[in-house]
Amino acid sequence: MTTGTTRGRVLPVTDLSLVVLVGASGSGKSTFARRHFKPTEVISSDFCRGLVSDDENDQSATRDAFDVLHYIAGKRLAAGRRTVVDATSVQKEARRQLIDLARQYDVLPVAIVLDVPEEVCAERNAARPDRADLPRRVVRRHTRELRSSLRHLEREGFRKVHVLRGVEEVEHATVVTEKRFNDLTHLSGPFDIIGDVHGCASELEALLGKLGYVDGVHPGGRTAVFVGDLVDRGPDSPGVLRRVMAMVKSGNALCVPGNHENKYGRHLKGRKVQHTHGLAETVAQMAGESEEFVAEVREFIDSLVSHYVLDGGRLVVCHAGLPEKYHGRTSGRVRSHALYGETTGETDEFGLPVRYPWAEDYRGRAAVVYGHTPVPEATWLNNTICLDTGAVFGGKLTALRWPERELVDVPAERVWYEPAKPLRSEAPGGQDGRPLDLADVQGRRVVETRHQPRITLREENAAAALEVMSRFAVDPRLLPYLPPTMAPTATSKVEGYLEHPLEAFAQYAADGVERVVCEEKHMGSRAVALVCRDAEAARRRFGVDGPTGSLYTRTGRPFFDDPATTEAVLDRLRAAVGAAGLWTELDTDWLLLDAELMPWSLKASGLLRAQYAAVGAASGAVFPDALAALRGAAARGVDVGGLLSRQQERAADAAAFTAAYRHYCWPTDGLDGVRLAPFQVLAVQGRSLAGLPHDEQLALLDRLVEHDGSGLLHTTRRLYVDTGAPESVRAGVDWWLEMTGRGGEGMVVKPVGALVRDGEGRLVQPGVKCRGREYLRIIYGPEYTRPDHLARLRGRFLQHKRSLALREYALGLEALDRLAGGEPLWRVHEAVFGVLALESEPVDPRL
Amino acid sequence: MFLTISTTGTPERPATDLGFLLHKHPDRAQAFSTSYGRAHVLYPEADPQRCTAALLLEVDPVALVRRGRGKNRGGAPDAALAQYVNDRPYAASSLLAVALSAVFSSALRGVCTARPERAAEPLPLRVEVPALPARGGPGLVRRLFEPLGWTVTAEPVPLDTEFPEWGDSRYVRLALESAELTLSAALRHLYVLLPVLDDAKHYWVAPDEVDKLLRAGEGWLPGHPEQKLITSRYLSRRWSLTRQANERLELVRLAETDDSEVEEIDNAVGEDTETEEKPTPLAVLRREAILTALTESGAARVLDLGCGQGQLVQELLRDVRFTEVVGMDVSVRALAIAARRLKLDRLGERQAARVRLLQGSLAYTDNRLKGYDAAVLSEVVEHLDLPRLPALEYAVFGHARPRTVVVTTPNVEYNVRWESLPAGHVRHGDHRFEWTRAEFRAWAGAVAERHGYDVEFRPVGPDDPEVGPPTQLALFVARTVKEAKAA
Repeated sequence: MTTGTTRGRVLPVTDLSLVVLVGASGSGKSTFARRHFKPTEVISSDFCRGLVSDDENDQSATRDAFDVLHYIAGKRLAAGRRTVVDATSVQKEARRQLIDLARQYDVLPVAIVLDVPEEVCAERNAARPDRADLPRRVVRRHTRELRSSLRHLEREGFRKVHVLRGVEEVEHATVVTEKRFNDLTHLSGPFDIIGDVHGCASELEALLGKLGYVDGVHPGGRTAVFVGDLVDRGPDSPGVLRRVMAMVKSGNALCVPGNHENKYGRHLKGRKVQHTHGLAETVAQMAGESEEFVAEVREFIDSLVSHYVLDGGRLVVCHAGLPEKYHGRTSGRVRSHALYGETTGETDEFGLPVRYPWAEDYRGRAAVVYGHTPVPEATWLNNTICLDTGAVFGGKLTALRWPERELVDVPAERVWYEPAKPLRSEAPGGQDGRPLDLADVQGRRVVETRHQPRITLREENAAAALEVMSRFAVDPRLLPYLPPTMAPTATSKVEGYLEHPLEAFAQYAADGVERVVCEEKHMGSRAVALVCRDAEAARRRFGVDGPTGSLYTRTGRPFFDDPATTEAVLDRLRAAVGAAGLWTELDTDWLLLDAELMPWSLKASGLLRAQYAAVGAASGAVFPDALAALRGAAARGVDVGGLLSRQQERAADAAAFTAAYRHYCWPTDGLDGVRLAPFQVLAVQGRSLAGLPHDEQLALLDRLVEHDGSGLLHTTRRLYVDTGAPESVRAGVDWWLEMTGRGGEGMVVKPVGALVRDGEGRLVQPGVKCRGREYLRIIYGPEYTRPDHLARLRGRFLQHKRSLALREYALGLEALDRLAGGEPLWRVHEAVFGVLALESEPVDPRL
Repeated sequence: MFLTISTTGTPERPATDLGFLLHKHPDRAQAFSTSYGRAHVLYPEADPQRCTAALLLEVDPVALVRRGRGKNRGGAPDAALAQYVNDRPYAASSLLAVALSAVFSSALRGVCTARPERAAEPLPLRVEVPALPARGGPGLVRRLFEPLGWTVTAEPVPLDTEFPEWGDSRYVRLALESAELTLSAALRHLYVLLPVLDDAKHYWVAPDEVDKLLRAGEGWLPGHPEQKLITSRYLSRRWSLTRQANERLELVRLAETDDSEVEEIDNAVGEDTETEEKPTPLAVLRREAILTALTESGAARVLDLGCGQGQLVQELLRDVRFTEVVGMDVSVRALAIAARRLKLDRLGERQAARVRLLQGSLAYTDNRLKGYDAAVLSEVVEHLDLPRLPALEYAVFGHARPRTVVVTTPNVEYNVRWESLPAGHVRHGDHRFEWTRAEFRAWAGAVAERHGYDVEFRPVGPDDPEVGPPTQLALFVARTVKEAKAA
């Protein structure tokens, strides 16, 4: 308790804390709060009383008012914001509720007492019209209760208590904000985080050497961070302590406590602890040390802070792992979790407590690096990694370089201590199939992406995506990407055309893109192929047992019902990748390809028959009769006006329509007749290739097609156009006219640079489609070319589609970046799911 | 969009009287505005021996789409009709029936001031519809028209002569002949039966639709052997329109994304299930078996995972021992139907507090499902592709971990006992697999082992000595820590 009578008291208040002002009515709490805290930090009971009853002095509303006050305070504390409660809080029960609230959110409760004479309070109240009726006895009671509380405040649970006596002291006090001990966000390292050492001094020296430290100092200015459990079990705990303590003292290292330090520290303080789990070894080894050193050790252990938040909040280091809600918090519960982790209350067959797999639930943005649980290999799970690789049990001593995220390890020299149970990974996760959680995808969500911040997914779209993803999609582990939708070129003004390349070239020229590639649009079905070198590679990277990849549609459905057919396609692809030497060249054992699978009739046969062929059949059946009737009437001299010629035109349009869809149908038998035209390598191990220029992309793919001996792969024809050069633009138009004149679907125009931003830094459309005049009959109906129809169709609205295309593109890029960065499955899936959800947004499907 | 009506005549009763009966002069081509385009009436032939009237409806496909945007705009709410590529401009659909009744309204009612006696008597008639959409094929066309006194010729139209393997389209070339019917009866037959055969849903059915059907069906519908089918198809459009809710449009768009039909993915609820389902005895037996298992387990808080339309949830709510019942399904549409079935919006507070419906998916772990006594997965696992079953297994047995889990699934061995099921077929279009008893036991046994449950198996339905019961049930009970140690 700090008290004092000097003027100008300085009151330290922790930046994240629940500050409880204690004082009688009229003691000046509100004025004090206004003077020392932000208005939004302060919640007053009077204000809450007003909220629920329209009268700040309505005592009958007190109960509801405090419910509201506690609720608001809870929300603020959960969000990590300091909160000041302005209520009398002179009664123990009122304070107990606030202390409980602070504990619930793991923040420090701080009391500031305004001990002002009863007369002063009474005078002030009398001067206020709304409190003039307040009976004197109320203030008297407040003062009495306050006085009797003073001695107990620390015992009640306040971690800091400031008592201001008298009007003067209240007037002249100042509040200073203190950082929490665990807040080292201003330190950005770089760090080398070192796993559980357990007295393995020799291995520690070897590891420090390998990391580049010379006698505990890194010439590059790096900082070592120890995750605790320096002592017990191993051969030289004093040696380890000596090294680490020296490094910490000299500012070359940070250290958080492990449960073993904690127990040894209690032993050193004279508490009775069992000398089990390797403590006996430490005690024996320390027996030979000087008293002075032992005292230093005791002090060192006592000074350790349970966890650190580092590098702008991107990194959290603690011993046993920490859920996000505890990051940067201060409570016994947080310390206990940081030291021991959470257990389920059960014990396993070895008699050891079963640990709660907190990392499975972890969804935080900060990487959590910890130790405590010996695992054979350090692997990332949901942005967390355990570095205890059992050095003392004959495993290895592991360090993580941050921010590089590189692992460095040295093997144990021997088994120093027999483990109670074999080392194995307890988490059912990492890349071996930890299921996704519904909270990753359900409801309205905002996805942060590198290329376009904050993409919003609406609840109803997520609901539809959930249904399709759950019932029809391939295994999410093999679904690392969904292709974005593509906007068409701006509506053409060229006579007789709805779409024409001129607009596409002009649009890119306006966006500052000088060189574009026109790629033939294959009329098939969009297909994404994930092909792994072998089943082992698929298991290692994607955690699946059996399949060697996947082949799926724009909504993630498997292309072929029979997995054997998928494997047959993957076999052919694999052979071509191998023959083209791409595994080595791209240094990968898997490839993600964006492609078109043909013929269209293969996958869309249901739609073709139900809709397209049906229209052809109906028109084919009706026109001969209708035209005969019209001719008959005309022959009788009936004036049928323009009706006959109109019907003749309609019949011709319908025939043209039938001819158009027939181009995209051919029979297949097994894989005979099936063609796959890859047009982009999306990603390989460790790299997203979405930004690789299209000329380089196509060069890679040409080699792939060349080396395909099976006839499956199909080349994509292309033409490069300079958007500023009239002859080049003309050549592009001619190329398109020629291709679509022969029944081709059209082309896609893309900036050669692939991932391009405009002058204002916004993403440029990654491609626009430019569909052939005949092909568009399939989209807009057989008669769309009739001038009156065309005139109406030109009123189509493209803006939403363009925005949708960019949002989906950003999500797709994000999925690839996350995949390449080795991020956890849920992170990749979040972006992929987002694309599917956006696809169910209402937008004209003909665009 | 096109049909012809012909008659033959004699000098006393010239065929050209058709012009009087239809109130349309044979020597003029006349045009009329209707909601979906212009209707034309003209006569390709008109002499005393033979007279043919043709009705041609010029449907404006763009207007059809544009009008269809949004609810309550009098447009086309059906997804297929929202396409520019649409058979409506060519096929003789309900649009043509509407045009028919508008253009020939007096004839339809049998009113003819010029030739009243001829309007009341039968005449030789031939009706040709070159492209008639007919769900049910030529067989149904005959079943509908023959009992009315028509001689029916109905030839299927092939989908595409270049692709004979695609088979026939749903259109038939129809010719009807009769000498026993009045023109009014013939028109009324067409007015009702064209939309019935088309069976598409093209306009908002007005509240007076029942009256219209009764008027047009007067004298022939009550005694028709297919009366039930005609009535239900004609009026079923009403229901299909009310369920045209937003819940479906997102799925329509996802189907379009994949170039597939919406029915391919929006099939969680069977087409005919909304009409009050006749409980098949097996479904009842299944629910009884599940209830028995749950009651034995003493469960009070129960999850129905994959609750579909909520039949089991409803059953569970009738038993007060179940203090909390949660139905979960991935299909928003199924949940909407379940909510209607349970009358959730009208339940009393106490009852409502016992039940909750959630959208969720067993492909994901879900913290909302933790802490329940029991979970039921009735006829659920077979709707998942086998490779995705481990995710379901983990979500239920590894993550939610209720003490009791009841799983039912078809026994494929029993399929040979279903007479209506062709050999080798699964029982439901969406079943990704069906297991034998041995396969089910192997899976359930392995699941129990992996997650610390004991499992027993029970037959549901008659236990055939050779092929077993139609449904198999596995009852999983979690081992306590003690039991696990002992084991």
